[in-house]
Amino acid sequence: MSIIKIKDLHKVYDGTQVEVHAVNGVTLNIEEGEFTALVGPSGSGKTTLMNMLGGLDRPTSGQVLINGTDLSKLKDSDLIDFRLHHIGFVFQFHHLLPEFTALENVLMPCLIGGISMAEARHKAEVILTDVGLGDRLRHKPGELSGGEQQRVAIARSMVMTPRLLLADEPTGNLDTETGERIQELLLTLSATKGTTLIVVTHNIVLANRMSHIIGLRDGMIYEA
Amino acid sequence: MIIHVAWRNIWRNPTRSLVVILAMVVGMFAGIFMVSFAKGMMKERLNHGIETEVSHIQIHHPKFREADELKYQITDVFQKTKDIEKIEGVNGVSPRIVIQAMIASAETGSGVNLIGAEPESEKTVSNLYTYIKEGKWFEGISRNPVVIGQKLAEKLNVHVRSKVVLTFQDDQGNITSGAFRIAGIYQTVNTSFDETHVYVRFDDLAQLASLQQGAAQEIAVHLSSQKYLNQVKNKLSSMYPNLEVLTWKKLNPEFGYINDVYDYYLYVFIIIILLALGFGIVNTILMAILERVKELGMLMAIGMKKGRIFRMIMWESVMMSIIGGTLGVGIGLLVTIWTHHSGLSFDSYKAGYEALGYGSTVYPIIDWGITINVMILVFVTGIVAAIYPALKALKLNPAEALRTE
Repeated sequence: MSIIKIKDLHKVYDGTQVEVHAVNGVTLNIEEGEFTALVGPSGSGKTTLMNMLGGLDRPTSGQVLINGTDLSKLKDSDLIDFRLHHIGFVFQFHHLLPEFTALENVLMPCLIGGISMAEARHKAEVILTDVGLGDRLRHKPGELSGGEQQRVAIARSMVMTPRLLLADEPTGNLDTETGERIQELLLTLSATKGTTLIVVTHNIVLANRMSHIIGLRDGMIYEA
Repeated sequence: MIIHVAWRNIWRNPTRSLVVILAMVVGMFAGIFMVSFAKGMMKERLNHGIETEVSHIQIHHPKFREADELKYQITDVFQKTKDIEKIEGVNGVSPRIVIQAMIASAETGSGVNLIGAEPESEKTVSNLYTYIKEGKWFEGISRNPVVIGQKLAEKLNVHVRSKVVLTFQDDQGNITSGAFRIAGIYQTVNTSFDETHVYVRFDDLAQLASLQQGAAQEIAVHLSSQKYLNQVKNKLSSMYPNLEVLTWKKLNPEFGYINDVYDYYLYVFIIIILLALGFGIVNTILMAILERVKELGMLMAIGMKKGRIFRMIMWESVMMSIIGGTLGVGIGLLVTIWTHHSGLSFDSYKAGYEALGYGSTVYPIIDWGITINVMILVFVTGIVAAIYPALKALKLNPAEALRTE
């Protein structure tokens, strides 16, 4: 069953002198539980497509349906709610709150979602243990290594058990060895929880580990 | 949760936050202490004005204050005095003869307000007798004693037991004069008053001025508390519809100004301080938001709604305002309490203060009404200062925010 259906998606930016078609008529379906890599040269529209998939940006035209819900028809507040409960994000940079511990960073989506502190704490502890940081709960991001910081970010993205996980260059800021461990973690965790995973990456090794590769160039799919 | 996040955000850059808080502390301390100082000065002036100079209420013939002539009299003043003493809230009544006169010594002369009063009755409406510096309040001189102010005594170059001549127009319009001997010299904090007010016995002046029995120009009424002011004034107006009954607010508009209008000036001063501090908070919060664009984008990405982000930024501003404001107000109040006991002396400016009717030692007092209102204004400042930065944060697009360098 297709969890994601994209229909003739366009994103146009009005530049000072010329329009930029960042995404130029993308249509595709992604099945539930699939691992998909979005590859392509810089400026091909991968991140823009990812942002529209995650509801972080609105398309100029076209539709994005996730599990039957048309994101373009949602109001801003409903879109935010949808993201909270259905979509997880992992970015190239971890974007953790520096004044909060690993545990506090991870339980934040739960509190935003109205889950009680006790239950949020439990969920956060479980997921942090799953990513191998069970003994680093009370450490702040500044006290963690790059790889550990990204693990916390992954844990945060998974704590609400989203059906869709979007990762934009998740290993882009990491050394090779650490990056490989993060890749492994992402794939294992997503497989364990049945999460549909879409990864934007320049990393051929990671792309080849996905079940599905989509190539983008000049905002259009050139290979599927 | 929002409050918790906001609190941690404040201390992310402790130096910057502490600078804003310190500015708030200094500003609020200055504001509160200035209010306390001003209130202390005003209260002293008001107290002196009422307790020494005009008393709470005065009764006159309707034309007396305008024409200032002896013929505009209140008759049967002693009976009226007895009747007024029975009114609830009244704790002192004194009938007075009031004449514009010349006082002359061997060396020089001066125009004065000559007041004829019964010495013991006068003590119930005025505390002038407590300001006697030399001699006594109508004691020690048996015939035609007079009490004058220190400033006038210096001008006339006279002392206790010196002879002075008082000249004025009597009830018939004839120029008359009498010799008096100085029984006491007083010195208040108002040198202008000291220079222009001379006191003699009621009967001595009545005889010299050829006034009819029981006639006077003024009845002064002293109350046990300000709360009786309007009540007694209304009662007296209904008892004596043909006479003019005025409270101290009307007798001396300066006092009414002190009491009513000055508060507005103090609030304007406080608001100016808060405006300046508010801009400081706006600047600080804006800088903090610009530094946290990616973080705010992330929070929106993981599901924090714009309303929550707005409230989080509000709380950062409000908390800094409350910390700084509370500390500043607290320090201001403590300094007020301390200086209230010891007083702040400005003796080097004594002559200037006393020329205006103010004592040179100021005892600041706390005005709880203004203090509470200031705390509310601090809270409001925190909210208002956060609006622009918070609105700026809400305009962020999560995707663009996360891409920010």
